[in-house]
Amino acid sequence: MVPLDWYLALSAAVFAIGVLGFLTRRNIIIMFMSVELMLNAVNISLISFSHYLQDMRGQVFVFFVITVAAAEAAIGLALIIALFRNKATAHVDEMNEMKG
Amino acid sequence: MQNYLLIPFLPLAAFLINILFGKRILKGNAHWVSIIAVAGSWVISVMTLFDVMSGKTLNQDLYTWILSGGFKVSVGFLIDQLTVVMLIVVTTCSTLIHIYSAGYMHGDTGYYRFFAYLSLFTFSMLMLVMANNFLQLYFGWEGVGLCSYFLIGYYFTKKSASDAGKKAFIVNRFGDFGFGLGIIVIFLTFGTVYYAPVFSQVGGIAAKTINFLGYDVNLVTLISLLLFCGSIGKSAQLPLHVWLPDAMEGPTPVSALIHAATMVTAGVFLIARCNAIFSLSGTALTVVALTGAITCLFAATIALVQNDIKRIIAYSTISQLGYMFLACGVGAYSAGVFHLYTHAFFKALLFLCAGSVMHAMAGELNLQKMGGLRKYMPVTYATMLLASLSISGIPGFAGFFSKDEILWLAFSGPSPVGKLVWLIGTFVAFLTAFYSFRLIFMTFHGTFRGTHEQEHHLHESPKVMTIPLILLCVGAIASGWVGIPHLLGGGAHFMEFMKPVLGHPEGHASEATEWTVMAISVVAGFAGIGLAYIMYVVKTEIPVKLARQFSPFYKLLFNKYYIDEIYSFLLIRPTIWVARNILIGITDGRIIEAVVNGVPSAIGGVSRQLRKVQTGFLQHYATIMAMGVLVIVALMLLRSA
Repeated sequence: MVPLDWYLALSAAVFAIGVLGFLTRRNIIIMFMSVELMLNAVNISLISFSHYLQDMRGQVFVFFVITVAAAEAAIGLALIIALFRNKATAHVDEMNEMKG
Repeated sequence: MQNYLLIPFLPLAAFLINILFGKRILKGNAHWVSIIAVAGSWVISVMTLFDVMSGKTLNQDLYTWILSGGFKVSVGFLIDQLTVVMLIVVTTCSTLIHIYSAGYMHGDTGYYRFFAYLSLFTFSMLMLVMANNFLQLYFGWEGVGLCSYFLIGYYFTKKSASDAGKKAFIVNRFGDFGFGLGIIVIFLTFGTVYYAPVFSQVGGIAAKTINFLGYDVNLVTLISLLLFCGSIGKSAQLPLHVWLPDAMEGPTPVSALIHAATMVTAGVFLIARCNAIFSLSGTALTVVALTGAITCLFAATIALVQNDIKRIIAYSTISQLGYMFLACGVGAYSAGVFHLYTHAFFKALLFLCAGSVMHAMAGELNLQKMGGLRKYMPVTYATMLLASLSISGIPGFAGFFSKDEILWLAFSGPSPVGKLVWLIGTFVAFLTAFYSFRLIFMTFHGTFRGTHEQEHHLHESPKVMTIPLILLCVGAIASGWVGIPHLLGGGAHFMEFMKPVLGHPEGHASEATEWTVMAISVVAGFAGIGLAYIMYVVKTEIPVKLARQFSPFYKLLFNKYYIDEIYSFLLIRPTIWVARNILIGITDGRIIEAVVNGVPSAIGGVSRQLRKVQTGFLQHYATIMAMGVLVIVALMLLRSA
């Protein structure tokens, strides 16, 4: 049986990749995908804890996360399209209107 | 007696109608409302006069104005002999001047406004004289001051007029401050501001002293002098006379009504009303008498050399008001009020005649540019001549009886300064005759000295202006006949009538002395006229020669003793200096501005630094967030380890 630590290590690695991707990439689509990676890293750890603790609540929680992620993906993509129509770019460096 | 309420409230109604509907609806008909209202007041005043003559007086509270603990003030009316004389003076002059104004102000853009203010003034003045307590008196007092301000600055687009209005208002503040303090002291002393209890109890405190600014002063003297402060301001006595000559910037009917016949006499009315208080303080009476006498001489000497027709009459007014104070100061209150009453007619008439002359001269005020107007404006000439005879104290005219009464009572009365003020008064009678006839001769006699264009324009004023002149002229001649002294076979009815309110001192000297005193003042009057005739008709080169010979003295008089310049140097410029350098420079510039500007700029500085954190790049925020999470996790791990 694969020990819990391995799952958690995988989860941490995926999460770290997501964070780094989010922080370093400038393309908003890539950043969006990085956010999805982080969500899925969390899902992995939730599932593994659920399995090892024999508690179904973790898996139920994952379904919620997936649902929210799906909704978020729909809204996020819509926003990106709206932004792209205005700016003709998907580069976040050019989206700094919020600057004080 | 039932209708007395209408006396002040008819003009108030006229004011409200004119101010609300004048601009759009009434326009050129605004005068009808005011004239009808004031004429109505006049009719009721005359009816009230007959009631009072038959012995009915009234003192009635109408409405509780302020009630606070033991302090109660009502809107209340006191109608007695003094009030009714003032009512007659105010409503008669006011009615005639309203009618005259309809002609004089014809076609002016602010026509409705003028009549609205005139009515408001009449209302305030009537409230002032009809009050039965000091606070309502004060209300009327400030009301007339406010209207005076409005009307002096009536031509508000003219800088000198709006300045003159402000000057009048501010100078009056000085006097009114004292007056206000006087009312407060009265309340503190008597616990009430009603006339009746104050006057009846004042005898009981005659000897009481109070510590005031470190000195023990007699309480009655203190109250009297504080009230007198108000009188000095309102009646333009030294040293607060400076506003009245400048007030001539207002339209001439205003000068006639407010600055000659009615408002400026309020100070005399106040002293006459409070004679119970003043009579108890010898010091205060002496101050009043001397102030009156000095002002009287002072203003008359200035009037000798002025060239502005209205200003001459204004200084003459100050001088005649001085006479009234002089009379009150020697205890002859009824003589003072008598002079107030006759003066109202002849002085209003003089002003209206001056207005008529200005009307013909297209606004020209300088005597040096007039001359020979007699043949162009016969009615104005005749009425002004009669008014001047009256003010000069020529026997038979109104001014003679009142002036003679004052001088006689000053001479024979018990006042310690009586003889001195008599001497000054008699000398001023001479000066008065001189400057009045200087004005007449320079305006109406000789040859015309203005431009050819002006000469072509000369005309008599319309009937709406000359008829009030003629009516006032009747007053200027005949109003004195109610007070013909016993010596001349008259009944001195006026003095007898006033006796219940004002008392009447009898002169203590023989009949021969009384004849002599009268003869001296008559001679003084004729001498003044004669001298003016010589100097301004026969040998017109004399005045120029005299002016050259006594140049410093002439300049002193011509520049009104430099009083305005002295005030400017002593008060106005230091005030402006303080305002500019300390208040604007330091308080405003350094302290308030520092706080007001410092706080925002400090906030701005801090935020300029903080703003650098907010780059607007999403990823920078995310980095900070991730670092924060790392730090928190690291801390937790370290703690659990």
